[in-house]
Amino acid sequence: MALFDYTIKQLEEKVHNGEITVEELVNASYERIHEVDDEVHAFLTLNEENARAQAKELDKQADKTAALFGMPSGIKDNIVTKSLRTTCASQFLDNFHDPLYNATVVQKLSEQKAVTIGKLNMDEFAMGSSNENSSYEPTRNPWNTDYVPGGSSGGSAAAVAAGEVLFALGSDTGGSIRQPAAFCGVVGLKPTYGRVSRFGLVAFASSLDQIGPLTRTVEDNARVLEVIAGHDAMDSTSADIEVPAYTAALTNDVKGLKIAVPKEYLSEGVAPEVKASVMEALKVYESLGATWEEVSLPHSKYAVATYYLLSSSEASANLARFDGVRYGVRSENADNMIDMFKKSRSEGFGEEVKRRIMLGTFALSSGYYDAYYKKAQKVRTLIKQDFEQIFQDYDVVIGPTTPTPAFKVGEKVDDPLTMYANDILTIPVNLAGVPGISIPCGFAKEGLPIGLQIIGKHFDEATVYRTAHAYEQATDHHKQRPQLGGAK
Amino acid sequence: MEKISKDQVKHVAHLARLHVSEEEAAMFTEHLSSIITYAEQLNELDTTNVEPTTHVLDIKNVMRKDEPKQWITQEEALKNAPDHKDGHFRVPSILE
Repeated sequence: MALFDYTIKQLEEKVHNGEITVEELVNASYERIHEVDDEVHAFLTLNEENARAQAKELDKQADKTAALFGMPSGIKDNIVTKSLRTTCASQFLDNFHDPLYNATVVQKLSEQKAVTIGKLNMDEFAMGSSNENSSYEPTRNPWNTDYVPGGSSGGSAAAVAAGEVLFALGSDTGGSIRQPAAFCGVVGLKPTYGRVSRFGLVAFASSLDQIGPLTRTVEDNARVLEVIAGHDAMDSTSADIEVPAYTAALTNDVKGLKIAVPKEYLSEGVAPEVKASVMEALKVYESLGATWEEVSLPHSKYAVATYYLLSSSEASANLARFDGVRYGVRSENADNMIDMFKKSRSEGFGEEVKRRIMLGTFALSSGYYDAYYKKAQKVRTLIKQDFEQIFQDYDVVIGPTTPTPAFKVGEKVDDPLTMYANDILTIPVNLAGVPGISIPCGFAKEGLPIGLQIIGKHFDEATVYRTAHAYEQATDHHKQRPQLGGAK
Repeated sequence: MEKISKDQVKHVAHLARLHVSEEEAAMFTEHLSSIITYAEQLNELDTTNVEPTTHVLDIKNVMRKDEPKQWITQEEALKNAPDHKDGHFRVPSILE
């Protein structure tokens, strides 16, 4: 058994009773990275020297009670880390070696003594569903490196699946934690909008972005969320609502739980093997004493269009800050300031980022604002109301995370709309602002993982975790490991 | 007919402070037109009496006390800048 096959709780015990040291945990992480990351490409920047020094320091401490004491973690590269290069996988920030502060989530991990192993690959500025929009070598799926790991937090999901780190942070604007978690067979939670501070997250679409954990087990996930959740004066959209003990909610009891299964989530666009895995999962819930009924989310088919108008509009405003003045790369071919802005941005941004900035600028421009942007905001209200209606009668909504398992590298790069359609089952959750998790629920015939999505009420991550955990404990999908670089 | 013309694409690129080549303008015309056509399915819905949602939280006007705080120094503010001089960011000329 490899070290990272243990849960955080088990490793904590081993550290406490002296069976292993933090130095050994950190060594195991870098050993694995050096062994497999040439194939996986999950990491953009390693924090090796600092992490090894920190491990030695932690091993000297008498008090080892911090919640994530010595646990090796990876941070998605759109989350700012003080003095550690933060690129958002963009050429624009290739030289951003010296960020001035830590994101609040990084600060909180550091207070609980987690060790930052490195920064994780992603689609540029979190725009993409396959990692192929990274301006570095794209991450590959550890289960089969001909396939994409999903995106945009593809590096985060792949690093956890490949056993390079124990847990990772990602961000989710339209599915960017849950979709790669599904493709890589790990657990990924998008918390309720407002649950986790975004201070220090490089903003993509501010009304949708959330930071969340990717882990191998539900219990580990709950444990990391306990650390990073909570109100932050530095993020005015973070909610001042108490953070419950999520790990205490893992009671393994779902008797009487009322599950809603939207028929739109099992429609003809969903691959038969994905549908079959979800139906099997529902049987498991029945055997555990829960009940499920088919419901409808009638506006979910409009979610992708709504999302691309809103998220691109917000992105066009947020990415205006990349002007080549205060940080990032400046074009050397400019004659005047406007020309400098244009050339720096055009040379620094990749094609998908430019496409979305263009779409958003168009949707917000004079004469089109009402027809596109405002119309999408109104449809967003309808999508949100669909969920409110269902949650009057049910505890959770369950369906697949993605319509298909991972697709092949290069398969969808030529048509942006086909790529966007992949997020049809995750996007409504962001638009409604509710929490959603993806957990492993089986494997397709090529051996690629399938994800089960569990969606809860606003700020009810506890029920989402309890539901996910009960299924996980009743099955063994989460114990499967990719055969990367030889079995480990 | 394309939903958006090549000239419009060039105008939008200027508003977004992006430089696009003729080839890119042609590509974006095609892509944006197909995305906008797809987005027009929203017109199937009557939203006359629906309020727009800007974000889902019931939070408005979060204020803090207007008190000065130590944040970053001038030196720190400048250290990631592509060009700076005498404590200022330096940019190419604005006026011809």
